Amino acid sequence: MLHWQLFLAFLKIGLLSFGGGYAVIPMIQYESERYGWLPGEEFQRLVALAGMSPGPVATNSATLIGYEAGGLLGAIVATAGIVLPSLVIVIVIAAFFYRMNANIWVKSSFYGLRPIITGLIVYAAIHFGLSNHSDTIYHWSTFATLLIGVLAFLAIVKYKLHPFGVIAGAAILGIVLF
Amino acid sequence: MNEQLPTRLSVLLHLFWIFFRIGPSTFGGGYAMIPIIEREISLKRNWIDQQQLSDLMSMAAAAPGGVGVNASAFIGYRIGKVPGAIVATLAITLPTFIIVFLLSALYAAFQHEPKVQAAFQGIHAAIIGLMAVAAYKMGKQALFDRTTIAVAACTVGIMLITGINPTVMIAVGLALGICLIRLKKALGLSVQTERTTPDNQPIIEYYI
Repeated sequence: MLHWQLFLAFLKIGLLSFGGGYAVIPMIQYESERYGWLPGEEFQRLVALAGMSPGPVATNSATLIGYEAGGLLGAIVATAGIVLPSLVIVIVIAAFFYRMNANIWVKSSFYGLRPIITGLIVYAAIHFGLSNHSDTIYHWSTFATLLIGVLAFLAIVKYKLHPFGVIAGAAILGIVLF
Repeated sequence: MNEQLPTRLSVLLHLFWIFFRIGPSTFGGGYAMIPIIEREISLKRNWIDQQQLSDLMSMAAAAPGGVGVNASAFIGYRIGKVPGAIVATLAITLPTFIIVFLLSALYAAFQHEPKVQAAFQGIHAAIIGLMAVAAYKMGKQALFDRTTIAVAACTVGIMLITGINPTVMIAVGLALGICLIRLKKALGLSVQTERTTPDNQPIIEYYI
């Protein structure tokens, strides 16, 4: 029952996960809270783990949350659930709508969809940043978190550093600062 | 037909091996995979030429799901039809599935060490930065007029205040774009569906 629920929930997420990656995190969090798969701070920990693992962040999160909620089988059904819609849709597009991108309907849809995805990623970042601190906002750890976050942003956008290097650097800074 | 079977099988095996190696070597999500896919599929093996590959990539970005998984499925389909798509998708998913497990086991073993906890807090902060990067890159491509900026701002506001199901926002977004473009056309406003360069070429920026 739990595994069926996991599979269906991730199937739905996979079907609507336009933009992939971090835009999907709020969707996964919503489902996770609704079904009570795991407590909030546990969710944050898993997303951080998913982000530092190689590969797509959304798929990694599905694997980890599936595992926490329902063991190995849970991990398998959650991962299969989030990947399956992509596979089916891609096969259909590749077989029938090769020039889909030039279509005005598709272009119009994306005109509305792209800013919403942007908004969802911003929301994911705010949510992910805030829910870490239950005690007080005016705290040394809030400042350190912000500092590392800003440094990570600048390192990638301005200095074109590799995300893996940024994560390794953040781990070292974390040991120094926290 | 019998002669073709071994070659088809070897193509599938080949496909599996290529995508199997791509997953573990990419950090930072699907778009990090694209240059590697390009090198393996187009430059080294000449299976698909570069122009076609870039068309496939923009479709992979448009379809729901991770762009890395979508790109693999597209390329797999072009090379080996449905079995090819399944093989490529499986190959790109499997290694990271295993690595995620190993990392999480490693973390579980050391999670009570204060140093590990501190390092993890640092990583947590870096992920916020990575999310901001994703938002920034997506925003650079998506927010090019007043309408799109307003839609993005409303999305953040609605999510923060109501906390409704984000999938609803996505579903609304699909319809909203069509309505907005029709409305603009009806009002006789100039219509532009994506950011373009001065000579009217769409900019395709990989955003995650």
